[in-house]
Amino acid sequence: MKRLIPRIIITVVGTLLIATSFVVKPTAGVDAPFVPRLLAYADRNFSVWFAILAVFSFALGGANLIKSHGMKVAKRRSDWPYSVITLVSFAVVLVIGLLKVGGAPGWQGAVTDAGTAFAWVFEAVYGPLQATLFSLLAFFVVSAAYRSFRLRSLEASILLAAATVILIGRTPLGVVVGDLYPDWLTFLRPDVLSMWILRVPNTAGQRAILNGISLGVVATSLRLILGLDRGGVGGRR
Amino acid sequence: MSDAGLHHSLEVFIGAALTLMVFSFLYRDNPLYKIAEHIFVGVSAAYWMVIGFWTTFWPNVVVKLLPAAQRVTNPDAPLPEQDPAVIVPLILGLLMLCRLWPRLAWISRWPTAFAVGTTVGYSLVRYLRSDFLNQISATIEPGLLATADSGALWSARFDHILIVVGTVCAVAYFTFSRARRGGLAILARIGLVFLMITFGASFGSTVMGRVTLLVGRLRFLLGDWLGLI
Repeated sequence: MKRLIPRIIITVVGTLLIATSFVVKPTAGVDAPFVPRLLAYADRNFSVWFAILAVFSFALGGANLIKSHGMKVAKRRSDWPYSVITLVSFAVVLVIGLLKVGGAPGWQGAVTDAGTAFAWVFEAVYGPLQATLFSLLAFFVVSAAYRSFRLRSLEASILLAAATVILIGRTPLGVVVGDLYPDWLTFLRPDVLSMWILRVPNTAGQRAILNGISLGVVATSLRLILGLDRGGVGGRR
Repeated sequence: MSDAGLHHSLEVFIGAALTLMVFSFLYRDNPLYKIAEHIFVGVSAAYWMVIGFWTTFWPNVVVKLLPAAQRVTNPDAPLPEQDPAVIVPLILGLLMLCRLWPRLAWISRWPTAFAVGTTVGYSLVRYLRSDFLNQISATIEPGLLATADSGALWSARFDHILIVVGTVCAVAYFTFSRARRGGLAILARIGLVFLMITFGASFGSTVMGRVTLLVGRLRFLLGDWLGLI
């Protein structure tokens, strides 16, 4: 039961959705045969059901956060005061969001409407923190790249050269540097060259990668539908 | 100062303080950074839970089970039809929460299996169509099927042919089912050059995106907060 039912669910749901691509689905009414109606219903609603499950996975994540940080606080483990900060910020945002504090009277309007406390938290706390944390990566990505790619091989040099051209060419610096070039070298201007790299060799590489990924997805999907995949939800782990 | 002005000033001050707390990590790991980091974890977990509840759970579960609930958030909207079938994802969702109890954790495989099945069902045809067949036709059509009277410039034709050659060679690089010898080795070697340029372009774009965010934060600190620019 632990392994068989998940496999059956994957096979049935996956097959139904694949079939929706090959069967003409009735648009409305109950006169159509059962199977086309079932396929139409699956096609219309399974993505919504998936989104509903995603909401429960957020809730699961929240519950897990309370559990792990709550344990840390209860057992006074190292750095437990930080866990208190996490729990308090989690609880505050959850309450003002679910109760739609501020904004339109009652529960009317969207929770993200201007004037709600939730929108204010986004502007004052979540937005700045997210943008700053991601901007920190600029420093770490560049230092990691320097350590990894510095002229160790021809391939690494090509990668670094392409990245440098893109970085210079897609900024105003590219135009300034490009203006120093003579007319007959226009095609080597950083702004022109960066556009060419993005349009031609990058397109070729991306297409090959996409082809590889798509074949991988198809193979993995078929393995899952046919119950050949032993790992994950249908396996022993 | 009006209420709105006070709210805005407080918003900017808190935003600036949190920004500086995060930037303090550039010196070294410290309590201010850890506070900001832990606030972010708590706020983001709650933020996505709230967004999920009001944008997905409420309209697709609560309103479909109890259409009158529509009036709670939007009194003027017409009542939708009831759809008792949403009880299925509701039950699956509740089963997912069994993950919290180790003895019942295995039940959460059922909703996970539904999610995997849905992803598999939607992905197989979509990937095959958009990322395989469409990419091949987009590569071949302009490059090889362009006629002399199509008006394309020689440079554009050269680019198209280069894309075809690059794609074929890069695909050859991903061929692992036979030994790389002779022609295949040459194609794979050329393909590797195209792939390295692609990775370089992706890397450059990623760094640029991060630097743009960094510039945005500096503009916020120097402009919105300090009013220097």
